[in-house]
Amino acid sequence: MGKVIATRLARLVATLLAVTFLTFSMTALLPGDPVNAILGVDAVRDPEVVAKIRADLGLDDPFLVRYVNWLGNAATGDLGQSYITDQEVITTISQRLPVTAQLAFMAIIMALILAIPIGVLGAYKQGKWQDSTTSAGVQVALSIPNFIVGIFLIWLFSVRLGWLPASNWNRISSDGLVENLKTAILPASALAMTQMAIFSRLVRSDMIATLQENYILAARSKGLSDRFILLRHALRPSSLSLMTIIGINFGALLGGTVIIETLFAIPGVGFRLINAINQRDIIVIQGITVFIATAYVVINTIVDLLYAVVDPRIRKG
Amino acid sequence: MTHHQYRAQGLAGNERRKLHCSHHRKPDNGGTRVEVWQIKGGVVSSSAASDSHALLSVRDLRTHFDVGGDAVKAVDGVSFDVHEGKALGIVGESGCGKTVLSRSIMGITTASNASTSGSVKYSGTELVGKGKRELRKFWGEEMAMVFQDPMTSLNPVVRIGRQLTEHLRAHKDLSKSEANDLAVQLLTWVRIPEPKERLSNFPHQMSGGMRQRVCIAIALACSPNLLFADEPTTALDVTVQHQILNLLAQQQQERQMGMVLVTHDLGVVATRTDDIAVMYAGKIVEKASTSALFSGMRHPYTQSLFWSIPKTSEPKHTRLSAIVGRPPNLAALPSGCSFADRCPYVQPICREVEPQLQTIDSHSFACHLPVGSSDAEAALSANISAGLPQSEGAATRREAHQGTFT
Repeated sequence: MGKVIATRLARLVATLLAVTFLTFSMTALLPGDPVNAILGVDAVRDPEVVAKIRADLGLDDPFLVRYVNWLGNAATGDLGQSYITDQEVITTISQRLPVTAQLAFMAIIMALILAIPIGVLGAYKQGKWQDSTTSAGVQVALSIPNFIVGIFLIWLFSVRLGWLPASNWNRISSDGLVENLKTAILPASALAMTQMAIFSRLVRSDMIATLQENYILAARSKGLSDRFILLRHALRPSSLSLMTIIGINFGALLGGTVIIETLFAIPGVGFRLINAINQRDIIVIQGITVFIATAYVVINTIVDLLYAVVDPRIRKG
Repeated sequence: MTHHQYRAQGLAGNERRKLHCSHHRKPDNGGTRVEVWQIKGGVVSSSAASDSHALLSVRDLRTHFDVGGDAVKAVDGVSFDVHEGKALGIVGESGCGKTVLSRSIMGITTASNASTSGSVKYSGTELVGKGKRELRKFWGEEMAMVFQDPMTSLNPVVRIGRQLTEHLRAHKDLSKSEANDLAVQLLTWVRIPEPKERLSNFPHQMSGGMRQRVCIAIALACSPNLLFADEPTTALDVTVQHQILNLLAQQQQERQMGMVLVTHDLGVVATRTDDIAVMYAGKIVEKASTSALFSGMRHPYTQSLFWSIPKTSEPKHTRLSAIVGRPPNLAALPSGCSFADRCPYVQPICREVEPQLQTIDSHSFACHLPVGSSDAEAALSANISAGLPQSEGAATRREAHQGTFT
């Protein structure tokens, strides 16, 4: 176990090096200058001021020097300050990443709660009306972009019914869990829709394959109920690719909820990342990227460890 | 272990089994079971009416698969009886419908393109046409099945302990510790060492032979009255095959279960079953008590199967005798006798008229020119002189087996 974790940590470090280097070089390739954002678009450019700002930020150093400097600071825990807002990057992340992480987590859980029964039903009733109905529904869910779902949810629950706020974000720490959930449930639902469709398709197809197995026939011949066979015999062996996709999609949601965050005016990490990119605020981009990449690696390590829990044949020793 | 100890263990086992499982056996059934098999023992009924005393009575059972509009007749009009405490061997090559037959009897075929007709009576209750819900009451408790491949018939992600007892717990109100005790008991019956430790194992931690023992233990868990064993040793190596077959035979005897042992090996059933039915192309072509069958096979197919068993009495490097050709396509059976193309005795009538099962002294066979008849002798000589390939093979085999049976 210790060895496994050591290997994983080494891999995490390598991944982070690659990811930060690539982000750094991409942002360096971008046209545009953070100084423009700092001074404002309409400001009168005094070449001396511009030169001073560039020198202060170290923008005149060669690309590699800048990267190594950043890396050295990051290694000691200093991710730097935003060029534009002067806020510590670590503060930005600690405020915003939990918001996005909560949304992603809720979306995945809500998606699973729906997707597993739908997928199992579709596989069990393969080709029957229950299967074709749910498959059609899943197809629709898959093809509607999540911001459309978000707009619909706002219209229904905020405008028509007035049950939930249309936008904004209440923090658990200051407003309590209930208030927090009131603002989280709609954006999370909008994100969950697509995930639900993907998950239920996976469960259905893996389950169909599992139901062909001899051990399922053997379980039937023991007189077990279909429900018991589906849930206690077939579901676990059918969930390996689902777990893989959960890991990948969770990571993707961390960096990719920007549209929903914008729609619901949620102070998440995606929202901030887009801002930083627009302002060429490289230091913020770097910091957020590091955290998203770390989250990716950690989540997928957890998924890898869970494989062994689900399928004992993967366990070693 | 001596024979004596082994019996003693078995008896002790039966006692304990009653403690755990007596409550799910119908009292009238349990009370009369010994009497029934003594009266009916050894009789294979071939009458058209089903035998009301039989544990299992199969009449004109047909299972056809609709494959692209063609009917694949995997089981095509099969009838037989199995009495309490008796074992029936069903023998035939791969693809002759043995597996489909045993699954159709239980009703566990899942294919949506399968249709089953005819009659299967279990202790007088008709099973064909019953819904899944009703059939499920019979599965596991009344009749159980040991499958061909123990590598795939145990769930790889479920511990042995749960697989052994989950059906018991589903049917009965057993506590977890009672179920555990019973699981240990079951593993002891099938002679798995360190049964307690094995309960927490997963199937992949066991060898093929061990797994098949576990499968047998699972099948025995609810003390079924009827056990199907579908080629239980085909996937195992030869030494283990022997142990598993003996274990099955021993359990069947001790528990006085009815058993249907499906195999492609005539040698397997020779010493372990009371009756034998030989299947070819979805039909039973010969059926008799084991002793009657081996003392005088009437169907050329049975004879060919018998000839293809290697004999230790033969000199080393003797070529194995194989049956010429392969079983016919079950979707497009030839007219007349299905075995005609491979039969050493074949005559024009065989390709025109389908032989019906006829019974002489409880020995049934479906052949126009039954082995041992003067017609068959004449047909074989004529075929040999005409140079028909399958008959030439038969001539040498006959030579080689001269004296092994009359």
